Amino acid sequence: MHELSIALSLVDVAQEEADRLGARVCTLHLRVGALAGVVPEALLASYEMASAGTPLEGSRLAIEEVPVVVFCPSCEVQRQLSSLQSFCCPECGTPTPQIERGRELVLVGLEIEQ
Amino acid sequence: MSQEPRLVEVRKNLLKENDVNARALRQRFHEAGVFVVSLVSSPGAGKTTLLEQTLTLLRPRHRVAALVGDLATENDCARLARSGAPVRQITTGTVCHLEAAMVQRGLEGWKLDELDFLFVENVGNLVCPASYDLGESLRFVAVSVTEGEDKPLKYPTIFNTADVALITKIDLAEAVGFDPAAALASVQAVRPGMKVFQVSAKTGQGMTDYLELLETGLLAARGGAVAGRSG
Repeated sequence: MHELSIALSLVDVAQEEADRLGARVCTLHLRVGALAGVVPEALLASYEMASAGTPLEGSRLAIEEVPVVVFCPSCEVQRQLSSLQSFCCPECGTPTPQIERGRELVLVGLEIEQ
Repeated sequence: MSQEPRLVEVRKNLLKENDVNARALRQRFHEAGVFVVSLVSSPGAGKTTLLEQTLTLLRPRHRVAALVGDLATENDCARLARSGAPVRQITTGTVCHLEAAMVQRGLEGWKLDELDFLFVENVGNLVCPASYDLGESLRFVAVSVTEGEDKPLKYPTIFNTADVALITKIDLAEAVGFDPAAALASVQAVRPGMKVFQVSAKTGQGMTDYLELLETGLLAARGGAVAGRSG
């Protein structure tokens, strides 16, 4: 369960941005890849704990889950994986380890009130 | 006067601090010419036994050292020290993984340029270590034959952050009804093309090829640019 340490890091990063903007944050928009090694539910629960007693207390996390997208060397296009247990092109079946998206663990935006 | 909330675009990696620390470590390792190998597995997969053998076998030809992560005890450190190599424990307390900053602290006072290999044994866990780059040149993920052939299917994320997979305790395969072909298929399903070594630290089976991979890695790192990991 390392989501708590990630939530603590999120609080630091978001608060730094909020201070810079001189604003109060109501919602934090995150992008979490299916291969980021983070469970969104656990992160939500951890965030409540991590933000308690900080200026971010009461703010909301909006998590966009990003599916894994691989590059298929046969079709020569990016394809969304149908299963994490099968790293192959869902169209032609060619195995591929080339991950294009799905590792993200990023704070992409803040909804703020001045 | 209160206004409607407005959306401000931010682009911040949540593990930025770890990534910065890991990059600094990787640069430091490169400058010192030390090849850094980390090892992740679930508890009980045989990391410490494998590492003890690795240190013992490499020591006649190379300067080796190890950092070992553990939640509470220093037992692993004591076991590894039997190899005669310098070994240091990182006790993480309740933290279930190593982070780059812990490796930095663990290295304090060590002269890296007097080493060829540095091994970093992570805390036994196949989930949390996946998110943290430690600045290593090579990451092994190990599963033992007693864990079942489908272990890679259950932990695709860690297999996609490691470079090479190890199947440990291969001497027990027959006794526990382990099917190596099925295990190899599981690895290929989650990470096509991944190199897999089947080893037994106890009998020595498969250890020659595994050690050769390490020595090739050291040579390549000494001859080339900063060893980047694909993971």
